[in-house]
Amino acid sequence: MSVLVYTESENGKFKKNATEVASFAHEVARQMDTTATAVSINANDSGNMGDYGISKVLNVTDEKLKTFNAQAYAHVLKQAAEKEGAKVIIVSSSTDTKFLAPILTALLKGGYVPNVVAAPDSISPFKVKRTVFSNKGFAHTELKSDIKVIGVSNNAFGSVENKTTATVESFSPSLDGNIFGTTSVSIDKVVGKATIADADIVVSGGRGLKGPENWGMIEELAEVLGAATACSKPVSDLGWRPHGEHVGQTGKPVASNLYIAIGISGAIQHLAGVSASKVKVVINSDPEAPFFKAADYGVVGDAFEVVPTLIEKLKKFKTQNA
Amino acid sequence: MKILVCISNVPDTTSKINFTDGNTKFDSNGVQFVINPNDEFGLTRAMWFKEKQGATVHVATVGGPTTEPTIRKALAIGADEAIRVNAEPLDGYFVAEQLAAVVKNGAYDLVIAGRESIDYNGGMVPGILATLLGMNFINTCISLEIEGETATAVREIDGGKEKLTTSLPLVIGGQKGLVAESDLRIPNMRGIMMARQKKLNVVEPVGTEITTEDVAFDKPAPKGSIKLVAADNLDELINLLHNEAKVI
Ligand SMILES: Cc1cc2nc3c(=O)[nH]c(=O)nc-3n(C[C@H](O)[C@H](O)[C@H](O)COP(=O)(O)OP(=O)(O)OC[C@H]3O[C@@H](n4cnc5c(N)ncnc54)[C@H](O)[C@@H]3O)c2cc1C
Repeated sequence: MSVLVYTESENGKFKKNATEVASFAHEVARQMDTTATAVSINANDSGNMGDYGISKVLNVTDEKLKTFNAQAYAHVLKQAAEKEGAKVIIVSSSTDTKFLAPILTALLKGGYVPNVVAAPDSISPFKVKRTVFSNKGFAHTELKSDIKVIGVSNNAFGSVENKTTATVESFSPSLDGNIFGTTSVSIDKVVGKATIADADIVVSGGRGLKGPENWGMIEELAEVLGAATACSKPVSDLGWRPHGEHVGQTGKPVASNLYIAIGISGAIQHLAGVSASKVKVVINSDPEAPFFKAADYGVVGDAFEVVPTLIEKLKKFKTQNA
Repeated sequence: MKILVCISNVPDTTSKINFTDGNTKFDSNGVQFVINPNDEFGLTRAMWFKEKQGATVHVATVGGPTTEPTIRKALAIGADEAIRVNAEPLDGYFVAEQLAAVVKNGAYDLVIAGRESIDYNGGMVPGILATLLGMNFINTCISLEIEGETATAVREIDGGKEKLTTSLPLVIGGQKGLVAESDLRIPNMRGIMMARQKKLNVVEPVGTEITTEDVAFDKPAPKGSIKLVAADNLDELINLLHNEAKVI
């Protein structure tokens, strides 16, 4: 009755959150006095999961699963859970996993708690802490169902090394029947650039930047920091930046280590989506901007003067600390 | 085409969040409730199907009588009929089971739900609903076209988007992008008057077991005050981020 964890990969490599969910699964297994088994789909380096406390990896290799398909992946995880007799299944909170987890929950007739930010409060009863009301509160939620699916928030638990040796076993789930309800036609994804979901640092611009022609400095700052770029909602509504960059309550959530908000007022709906970030920096010309109440560090000043100077200084800092 | 739009009744985004009864319940005192923003995008897309391609649009919510002003608003925006499942929405699985019963009874071709409700942020209703019904499902949907039985959708993925095809019957979890912000409709007087004549069916819940229960709530610890750095002293900002916050 091990704890099962889904470790996501892309192009054969584990995603950043894979080690986080593995670490979380190890902690749950420790509390339950059992072991943690990972399911990896088309990943090449599965044995490495042993570094994060995983004692067994079920390795699925199948061309049909090359492109993510929520329903088919949920069926794979269901079969893995049944094979292992797992009652607790740990998943991440990536966009893909939030797509498949409810399907998996329904297939297993279990209970699902997403947005979990800490190791379980208790195992019996099984209680976890999760964010609610767009990060304005926490709920302590008890899972009453026999099967429990836990979605761990990005960057909340962290990756914790717990060296053990993982045995890697190949697993061939049945992919029969109508479990590919949707067909992927094309994927349009920025490659080689940090994404908002995975980035340690996010540099975000608001309406204060006046127009899309001024985004060069946001991109340059992001490049210096190895950061992803983001924006406030009006910026994407105005078409200055793509929808996928809009963060906040109706956009993407950000749970980075560092969030830099430039020319963003800090409206409550914006803060809702970024408050899970660890350290927030605001650059704004208006000292009364609400973001100054929510941030850790702030600069009152004109973005058009502050940002270029900051870029120069950071470049120098980077070469000195290289 | 028969469309059901699932509407979640949520606190307006600017609401102050408080808890009562020894931090075991959400305090709805003085809170203004609205159509969940992700559902509003879906409702507006449904109105587009109705007007451009011909469709019947129903809305459904799971909630007590206090949710009626919110579904009346959906009727005023243009939905044809409303269904209220008379039960407190105790958890996502429960809500999905109630909506599954509504979908079965109504024989809908397309069910539009929001990616998540902005109160409990569970994001599980559309996926569980689709699976219970054996319908196809696309989440974080930012574009949806229907032709005959074929649906073409775009969904947001981490770092980009994916185009998909599937067939009806279909459930989507929608969000901004399904329609533009500027397409959202404010009910006008005529709509509000007409909404009064429209059917609002109240149905009793189907029995199910509760899988999860929120036993207590708390709020994040108050934030320490901000450290301000002068605009002409950005070396200090870099120093703080490097040595104090340790994030660069
Ligand atoms: C239901 C609902 C959901 C919403 N969801 C979201 C969401 O998910 N995400 C989101 O972001 N918003 C959301 N909003 C909108 C939100 O309320 C705000 O309107 C929005 O966040 C404001 O964006 P902004 O700060 O870029 O623009 P503004 O409010 O226009 O602020 C611009 C800021 O730039 C500053 N500025 C101007 N010039 C300069 C300069 N030269 N240098 C430095 N600073 C300068 C100004 O002082 C100001 O503080 C939502 C609203 C509603 C009603």
